[in-house]
Amino acid sequence: MARQSGTGTSATRRLGILVILMLAGLALCGLWFSAEDVVQGSTVRIMYIHVPSIWTAYIAFGLTAVCSAVYLSGKNRSLAWDRFAGAAGEIGVLFVAVSLVTGSMWGRLTWGTYWVWDARLTSTAFLFITYVGYLAVRQLGGTHRQRARRSSVLALLAILEIPLVHFSVTLWRSLHQEASVANPNAKVALDGLMLFSLFLGLVAFTLLFVWLVLHRQRAMMLEDAFSDRGLDLAITARRNEAGA
Amino acid sequence: MSSTAIKKRGIAIAVARKDLTIEWNSRILVNQVAPFAAIVMVLFAFALDNDGILQRVAPGLVWLATLFSMLVVIQRSFTVESADGALDALRVAGVDMGAIFVGKAIALMVQLFVLELLLVATAVVLYGVEMTMAGFCEAIVTLVVATVGLGSVGTLYGGLAAGARGRETLLPLLLLPVVAPVLIGATRATEAAFGSGGTTVSEGWPWIGLLLVFAVLFCAVGTVAFGPLVDE
Repeated sequence: MARQSGTGTSATRRLGILVILMLAGLALCGLWFSAEDVVQGSTVRIMYIHVPSIWTAYIAFGLTAVCSAVYLSGKNRSLAWDRFAGAAGEIGVLFVAVSLVTGSMWGRLTWGTYWVWDARLTSTAFLFITYVGYLAVRQLGGTHRQRARRSSVLALLAILEIPLVHFSVTLWRSLHQEASVANPNAKVALDGLMLFSLFLGLVAFTLLFVWLVLHRQRAMMLEDAFSDRGLDLAITARRNEAGA
Repeated sequence: MSSTAIKKRGIAIAVARKDLTIEWNSRILVNQVAPFAAIVMVLFAFALDNDGILQRVAPGLVWLATLFSMLVVIQRSFTVESADGALDALRVAGVDMGAIFVGKAIALMVQLFVLELLLVATAVVLYGVEMTMAGFCEAIVTLVVATVGLGSVGTLYGGLAAGARGRETLLPLLLLPVVAPVLIGATRATEAAFGSGGTTVSEGWPWIGLLLVFAVLFCAVGTVAFGPLVDE
């Protein structure tokens, strides 16, 4: 058997190279080739990171929920599903953080303030805290099965809770800019290169997410195997002690 | 009604009675939690010492104080269970976890309701809130519906955090984001009941609808999800 170092395979390495090239292309398109916005000037360039990162976060949390549901409903309850859910949850938290930070930078330049108590911002902050809690529950300890069961139920609860929080916060107040590109009624025409940069960002970030999830879940598999091995070694040591 | 349903109801009532008896004998709610909630209300008054502001924000302060006190009550409720492995014993005995959830949630709701009544009374006295009769009725309905929601969601997440290391710090992180809809809905409904900021009583009822949705949802989900969430 060939000795494998790290968590990469030839497929993930190719994917990684593709992601690096696409991110470099995004940086060139976003910072260099695309024009400034008529109203927002150069601040519009933040959008090329902000929108893809929140998009990736939604994909990540969706994947967490789907994998958790599959884990709970499956007959054999494979821990691989739990690791995928956990890996996607971690990376989702990272991307929500990126979108909150870039969003507040944009807000400072455009609205003159880092934060406004608008519905979408507030519920995104709740989304962030909810999944930070999910990650904390994954760290609670116990067996791998306990972790998987607890965190899967929690991920499904989060899916119930998030729309409710979003709905109530929307009732509370709303002044966020409506979705521009995906809204069929909006008469916002983005310049061709701007639109291309945005979609390049979406694809690049999605592939980056896939690459990160694959590596992270393999790393988790190794962590689980390591802790199992540690337990086995400890049991053997105690047996030897008892036998001696 | 089938015999299993009667059995589950019996378990739920027994668990609720046990929790309330423990509370009645130890008087933790009266001797420790209620004074804590009262001092929080007084501290709010220090922090927001300004004519008119206290009266306007009184509903929000009542519910914030409720949420903080609730964390203490939930932790107490599950320390009782995990201290001597009581929950494990019940699980090993094959007791239905859904019924245990209902029992513990009812006990928590009763304690929370008493606490909220005390907090509303404190707000009326300390912050100079004046209520009409219709406002009083609305406030009572708000308290009941919000308490059902808080009690069920609190028991659900309390059970998850019980028996884990560092649960004292984990519970607020898990629970407070989830109860945000209750804080928003209950605060708005109580504002209408108190008439704060020129609101009328009729403006509160849609918010009570939101609280009702929350309460029904988490009662149903809690009964199903409590078993898997509590450790094997």
